[in-house]
Formats: sequence, C-alpha cells, structure tokens
Amino acid sequence: MARKKVVLTSPSAAGDKIDGPLLEVEDIRTHFLTPSGTVRAVDGVTFTLDRGKTLGVVGESGSGKTILSRSVMGLLPTRNVLRRGAIRYQGHSISDYSQQQMRSIWGTEMGMIFQDPMTSLNPVMKIGKQITESLRYHLDMDKGEARETAIALLTSVGIPEPGQRIDEYPHQLSGGMRQRVMIAVSLACGPRLLFADEPTTALDVTVQAQILDLLQAQQVERHMAIILVTHDLGVVAGRTDDIAVMYAGKVVEKAPTAVLFSEMRMPYTEALLNSIPKLEDPSHTRLQIIGGRPPDLINPPTGCNFSPRCPYAQPKCFVDEPPLRDAESPGHQFACWYPVGTPEGRQALEDNVAAVFPAALLATETGLDQPVGA
Amino acid sequence: MPAPSPSPHDAPSLSERPGDDLITESAGELRFDAVTADVTADEARGELQVRKLGIGFWIAVTWLVVLFALAILAPWLPFVQDPNRIDALALRQPAAWSIGGSWNGSLSSTFHLFGADDLGRDIFSRVIWGARVSLFIGVVTVALGFLIGGTIGLTAGYFRGRFEKIFMSAMDIMLAFPALILALAIVTFLSEPGSQDASLGTITLTLTILSIPALSRITRASTLTFSQREFVQAARTLGARNGRIIVREILPNVIPPMVSFSLIAIAIVIVAEGGLSFLGLSVSAPTATWGNMINEGRTALEIAPHIALIPCAVMFLTLLAFNYAGDQLRRRFDVQEARL
Amino acid sequence: MAGSGTAHLRGDALLTVEHLLVEFPVGRTGLKVNAVTDLSLDIADGETVGLVGESGCGKSTTGRAIMQFPKPTGGTVVFDGTDLTTLNGEELRRTRPAMQMIFQDPISSLNPRRTIGDIVSEPLNIWKRGTPAERAARVDEVLDAVGLDPAVAKAKRPHEFSGGQCQRIAIARALVLEPKVIICDEPVSALDVSVQAQILNLLEDMKERYQLTMVFIAHDLAVVKNVSDRVAVMYLGKMCEVASPDSLYAAPAHPYTRALLTSIPVPDPTRRPDPEGRLQGEIPSPVMPPSGCRFRTRCPLAQERCAQEEPQMRRVADDHYVACHFPLVDAAAEPAAATV
Repeated sequence: MARKKVVLTSPSAAGDKIDGPLLEVEDIRTHFLTPSGTVRAVDGVTFTLDRGKTLGVVGESGSGKTILSRSVMGLLPTRNVLRRGAIRYQGHSISDYSQQQMRSIWGTEMGMIFQDPMTSLNPVMKIGKQITESLRYHLDMDKGEARETAIALLTSVGIPEPGQRIDEYPHQLSGGMRQRVMIAVSLACGPRLLFADEPTTALDVTVQAQILDLLQAQQVERHMAIILVTHDLGVVAGRTDDIAVMYAGKVVEKAPTAVLFSEMRMPYTEALLNSIPKLEDPSHTRLQIIGGRPPDLINPPTGCNFSPRCPYAQPKCFVDEPPLRDAESPGHQFACWYPVGTPEGRQALEDNVAAVFPAALLATETGLDQPVGA
Repeated sequence: MPAPSPSPHDAPSLSERPGDDLITESAGELRFDAVTADVTADEARGELQVRKLGIGFWIAVTWLVVLFALAILAPWLPFVQDPNRIDALALRQPAAWSIGGSWNGSLSSTFHLFGADDLGRDIFSRVIWGARVSLFIGVVTVALGFLIGGTIGLTAGYFRGRFEKIFMSAMDIMLAFPALILALAIVTFLSEPGSQDASLGTITLTLTILSIPALSRITRASTLTFSQREFVQAARTLGARNGRIIVREILPNVIPPMVSFSLIAIAIVIVAEGGLSFLGLSVSAPTATWGNMINEGRTALEIAPHIALIPCAVMFLTLLAFNYAGDQLRRRFDVQEARL
Repeated sequence: MAGSGTAHLRGDALLTVEHLLVEFPVGRTGLKVNAVTDLSLDIADGETVGLVGESGCGKSTTGRAIMQFPKPTGGTVVFDGTDLTTLNGEELRRTRPAMQMIFQDPISSLNPRRTIGDIVSEPLNIWKRGTPAERAARVDEVLDAVGLDPAVAKAKRPHEFSGGQCQRIAIARALVLEPKVIICDEPVSALDVSVQAQILNLLEDMKERYQLTMVFIAHDLAVVKNVSDRVAVMYLGKMCEVASPDSLYAAPAHPYTRALLTSIPVPDPTRRPDPEGRLQGEIPSPVMPPSGCRFRTRCPLAQERCAQEEPQMRRVADDHYVACHFPLVDAAAEPAAATV
C-alpha cells in the first residue's frame, strides 16, 4: 500500500526492525497561559518507548497525564499554550512540526483512543465513513477497497455483522461497540504507536475487560506500541510493560510493571496503591487515605510537589525538589529523598509519627507502614 | 458515572424577534440552546473564564444609568425643553457640532444641542422624552412579562406533565401568530372604540402579551436545567414540599440568569416598540417616541439627516448598552455555575 | 440470570423489599423498559447491604424505588413495619427524615446558590426541629463529624469546595436528621481514587457513630466489598446472588458473579488477565429481556432449561443464595461444582 504524504517512514523501516526506541520524549513541558496565571500542566516529563511495548501512565485528575499524551501527539490548542521539550519519533525530531506535518503522522504513525466513545465519534457520520475517511486520505485507497478494509477492521475488533454495522450511525451502537469502532478508526492506517486515554473508564467492567483484551491482541498482531493512560492501577498492573506514575505534572516514579509493585519507592505510589480497596482484603478493611488535596498547578509548592501530603516528608523535601534517580533494578527511577522501603524512609516515617505529623498518622493508621508486596 | 449534561451553547444573536424557539427536544433527551445552558465541570476547569465584567460593561451601565436618570427627571431638568415646543427660527437646525448649528445660548430655549426637526422642535428634548416612552415600555413589559410568563414557565418546567403540555401548547400557539398581526389585533382590541390612537398603556399591554410566550419558554428552560439537578432531588428526599423547593431551591438559581436576560429582553422590546411606532402603530404623534421621530425624519433625510439619524443613534447606543450589559452578566452567571 | 424468589429474605429486617417491579414506558411505542423485575431484598438493622451490578442492571432504580422516587410499579417496600408503597403524599413525606440518600454527583447535589450552613441546616428548618440555636449547634456537630471546619465552611458556597468535600457536605446533610437508613447511590464513582478512600472511611465512621443502616449501590465490586456486610448482585433488573462478601468473592455461585470477578483488573502484576472465560457480548436490551433466565444469552453454562424456566433464589451454602439452575456452588448438589 502506498503511503501518501508520509515524512518519516524510510524504506528500511517499512519492515519490523528499527534500531532505537520508537518514541523518545525529553523534558516535555506544557504550560497553559490563563488569566489566573500559568498552569504548569506537564512539567518536565521524560520517557522512551520501544516498539511493541506498552507504557502505562498512571495518575489522578490534575496529574497531567491526559495533557501529556496530547502534547506528544501535538493535539494541544494553538493559543495560550507553551510547549517545550524534545520529542523524537523513530529518531526524527517532531517537536517543531507544524500542524500540517503532524497531520501526516496522525493516523498513519500515531493513533489515539479517547475516553468517552459517545462524544469522540462523529454523530452524523456513518461509522463506515469514519473509518474509510482516513483510509482514503492517508493510504489513497479507492472506495471499494476502503470499504472492504473497513469491514475487515470491524471484524478484527469484534463487531458482529460488520457488513451491516458499517452503514450505521454511532447512536445505534452501545458504548462498548462504539469504543470498538473508535479502536478500528484509530488502527485503520496501521499506526505504530497508539495512545489510549482512559479507554475503558466509561465502560462496564465486563466490557472493559473485553476492550483491553482486544487492545492487547491488536498490539501483538501489529507489533504496536501503546501508551495506556489511566487512573486505574489495576488496569496497568496486568497489561503494561512499564509504568510511569505522574503527580502534579511530573513523573514521580517509573519502572517495569512488576518492579513497580514489588519495589515501589515513591510514597505517592505506595499511598495510591493502599487507598484502593482490593478484592482479597476482607470487608471493612480500613483504607489508607492521602490527606490534603493536589497542589495548585499555577503556584506549585517549592521542593517536592507531594511533600505537603507525604507521610515521609522531611524538611529537605519542602525545599529541594528531588530529581529522578535510578534505583537498584534496571529501568526503575523515582524522585524521592526518603523513599519507601529504605532505611532513610523508614526512619523518616517513624520520626513523623512521633512528631504527630498528620499525613504520617493517616498512613500508619492502617498499619501499612511496611512496603507493599514485601 | 454522571449522566451527560446538556451541552452549552451561546445564545443566538438578539435581533431576532421575541419568541424564537431557543430549545430543542429530541427523543426524550433535552438539549438547551438557552441563555442559561449548563456547563460541564470539565469544561469549566479547562476554559479560561474571565471573572471580571470588564470596562465595556461599566461603560454600558453608565450610559443606561445616565439615560434613565435623564428620562425620569426630564420634566424637572432645566436643559430639557418642552418636546412639543416649536422654535420657529430653528427649523431643521443641524446639531450644535455640525455646520449650521450653534453653541450659543446653552440653557436658553433657543439652544438646540441636537438641532431641531421639521417643525422646529428641539431634538435633544424629544429624544429624552422619547426615552421615557421607550424605557417605560421596555421595563414594564419585561417586568410584567416575566411575572406572568415566568410563573407559567417555572410551573411548567417544575411540575411537567399535563400542566406543561397545556401551557406550552398555548404558548406555541401564540408564538405561531405573526407578531405584527397579533400586535395590531391586540392594540385594536384594547383601544377605545373608534379611536385611532393607542395609549401608552395599550402598547405596553400588547407587547407584554406578545412577550409572555418567549419569556415563559426561557424560564421553563432554565427551570428544567435546575429541576434535573440532584440538589432538587435531595430536597425532596429531605421532605421539602414542592412550594418550598420552588422558592428556596429553584428560584435562587433561575432568577440571576433571568435578570441578565431581562436586559436583553428590554432591548428587544424597545426595538419592537420602535418598529411599531415607526409604522405609526404605537403611541401616536405628537408624543415623542424614537420610532415616531425616525419616521418623521424620513422625509427630510437628504436635507437634514440628523432629524432621523440622531434618534437612531441614541436608540442604537441604548440597545447596544442593554445587549452588552445583559450579555456580560449572563456570562458571569454562567461562569459562576460553571465553576461548580 | 433472572432470579425471582424470596428465599434469601430473613424476616424481621428493618427494610424489606419484596417483589419490586419498576417499569418505564418507552415514549409512545407501547413498549416498556423492565428496569427492575420481581426483586426482593432485606436489610437488617445496622447492616450495610451492597447492591452491585453493571450499568442497566437496575440498581440505582432499585435505590430510588425504595425511596419511592417515583413509586414503584409494583411490589412492597416495608420500612420499620410500614409499607411505603401504600402511603399517600403527605404520609410518605413524613417518613423522609428516617431514610436519606446520598447521590452520585456530589457537586450537583448541592444548591450552588446557597451557603453550606444553609444547605446543611435546611432539613432542620423543613421539619422545624429545635430552636435556632440548637439547629446551629447540630449543624456544627455534623460538619465537624464529616471532617470540615464549621467556622470556615458554613459561609462558603459549594463551588468553593472540591468533589470530595462536597460529598462530605452531602453526607452531613443526610445525617443531620438522624436517619435510620441511608441509601448511597454510587457515592464515590465520580471521585478520584484517593478521595474515594476518604469517603469510604468516612461512611464507615459515620455508620458506627450514628448507628446507621446502609444500602450501598455501586458498580465497583472491590468498593462494595470494602463497605458491605452483605452483597447482592444484580443483572438486568433481577437478583443474581446474595451472600456475605467473603463468601461471595471467594466462591461465587453464579456464573455472572464469577465473570464479573474475573473481569476486574487487579493491581497485582503477577495475576495476568485471562481472556479465556471472558464474558462475551453485551447486556441485552431491558425492553426485550431474554426469556427465562435473563443472563442465559451470555452464560457459558446456559442450557435449554434456562430459556424456559426462570430460576428462583435458593440457598446453596451458608447464608449464600443464588438464582441459577446450574450454580457453581451448590450445597444441595454434589460438591466440586466449582470446577465448571
């Protein structure tokens, strides 16, 4: 299939083997200029992603995870936005690409799935057209070929009777179906990188599992990389290779999935995990709560962003911002002066409890002052 | 998961006639294009909301305040002359700042700031006295209209069911009549038999009747938005009676946007009255109304354009002020809700 | 699963729902949405019953039907000896203080134009309880109980608070009348994970402090397990399974429950999700539910009997009831049915 208007694909990369990571993001910062001040939505995020791998980006609302994916894709508003940092896709720098140049990448190289299937499909366009639209634009297919490809795509995402569905409108489908259609739309031109922004949050649990299975199957089949943005630690636990935990616009911990859960270092990660009710726990288990509220992104506190709520916080944390540094396991980085599971960390927690520091008391109320998973 | 909220939509431009349908209903789901459409919390967080009313707002308010003051105090202000007094020496005298006009005489009866019209009457004074008519009609119409139409809309929007069907159908029927014909019919019906002239009261009543359907729909739309919110359900759960809910929960939410909309409504009514009086159907000559003045100035448009254009300009600025102030207020109230 | 039957009722409960039927007409088509069909449930004094299911299962409808918002199409709701369905408007209103509700969207459940002090004291004002001083003291007490500083909070408006804080205020409002039962309709679904934990802990604390009985409606199984003493699983308007949380989650008897449990993403990387045994398809339409057992169209164990005969609730283990012809756990049948 000839590719139209593609900038990045060099002949050798038409196959599978590409040297180097698929995506490299270095120190991305996205600031929104508002009348109240500059909102530092993403404030220095760095990561790399290899082909065929899944990166989970975890955070609560306000952590900047959605803005991050839009920043990398270049889907930010054009006014009152400052974006800095380097983004390299297959070795080419795309951070300075114009909208037009990015358009040649969207769809063909990068796809995106959004959270709410009700609003992300065009309600007045038949779903077949929404798929063939990009096929015809990017891949120069004719009508017949595009329609056949669309039907094949709908089959591959598990939509029954695709020949019929292809002529239906989004409102005639259920939420799960619409999400599948959206996946089909985003995969139509065979992107190498897929952003899934809370793809299942609006869906029922059983449908959620189906959709996630589907994504995983597609990933294996297409050798595609996925960035899975979610607030659900359960979702990332089973389906990602690496996880980046975000808080207040920064990545506070990054590790291969198994390592993150077994050797977490950042108190926020620990608190987040402990605050989720788990099926194995007996009923009426007391949950750990993170006191306070997320920081103001216009005037973030000095030092570590999490320090006002951190059970382990010491005076240094309020003054110096901890840099991301390597942990023992390869690929594991965290930003903390008194990490969980280390002697300094334990000491810090004890000191805080003794000093009747509220955040520390909240953490130890549950008796969970030991590293999780240990 | 919270159900999807109605999507927000800025109110359409307000030069449309009162009664344009601002609400669409489809398949049991309500979508509002009304002035007070709710904004989802996400959009509120993302949008850059301007909290201040802005300098434009205050300029508009100043203009309106000055105009109201002049209009109310007109009979006692020394520099506002008798609008019907004829100054035979000043026929079609241009405005003081144009060629042919003069600045001498300041407070004397020979000074015409805006010039004089065909019959030598001082345009400035006539504009002020015309303002009395327009503002009176505008304010009273909208006040009465909201009182009646608002009550209908509020009850229809809160209780729904048969009441809503009956009253909204009645409103629809009224809206279906061409406004002008309806106005003519009502004016004729309400006037003294045999008399050609319409009185101030008659016109006001006519316009009130015409405005009731539109205002009722707007109030209903706003009421619907709030009735569906969970705090109304919460009030019922607590055991509040309907009356209490309407007064303590719904009204405090419906009134502010209605107030901001009323400014815009006044502008619409003034335009309507201006149109009627231009056609000679409003309060009749020789009473000064803006529409009358514009109509009378038509014939002299080539020679003495100021006769028609000055009342035009004043009317334009007044309407602009009403619209702008109303719009800014509306946005501010939407913002406050959006921040929730 | 389409379960009917009342085998799981214990008698002598504070709140007993029997053969609840809720139907909504679909426009003018003559069809109806079978939101809840023949549902029975009881809640003992001091117990928290979790009602769990996916969207469209009718759990929220059940919660609202218990509160008679609106009166259910059929069935009885016996609260403290009185059948609420037989009460007329005013009698029903008088039962309100004893049964309160907490809603899903915390911000929408508070009137944006009123202060917190006003909102929380409203129930006392409706029922005229105590002197003004006593009311103020009570408001202070409940605000403090939910973790808000009354001196600071009372004068503020809801938009000045976060979602979690608004939910606390809503809880305070529900508590101020000292109700016996609180129905929580997805109280934490709209909140962030860390805030969820706060509210769940708070609800547990309040339950203990005020001796409450709770019905906790949610779609998140882990959350429901955390707060409940007893869990009821619903599907498409019917009851599937009722059991204690530990028993339900350790050994689910109903295929739907098991499918739900295996679909839940667990924050443990050693447990990879298993696409085998994944529930296929989607929920059928409640307008035309499948005959017999409503779950049979997606059930891996479905057989002919399931299409013809609706399963009734029956006991399959200690305090463990299920409505299924071929349950996974069956004390009456041979053991090792769980190998299916």
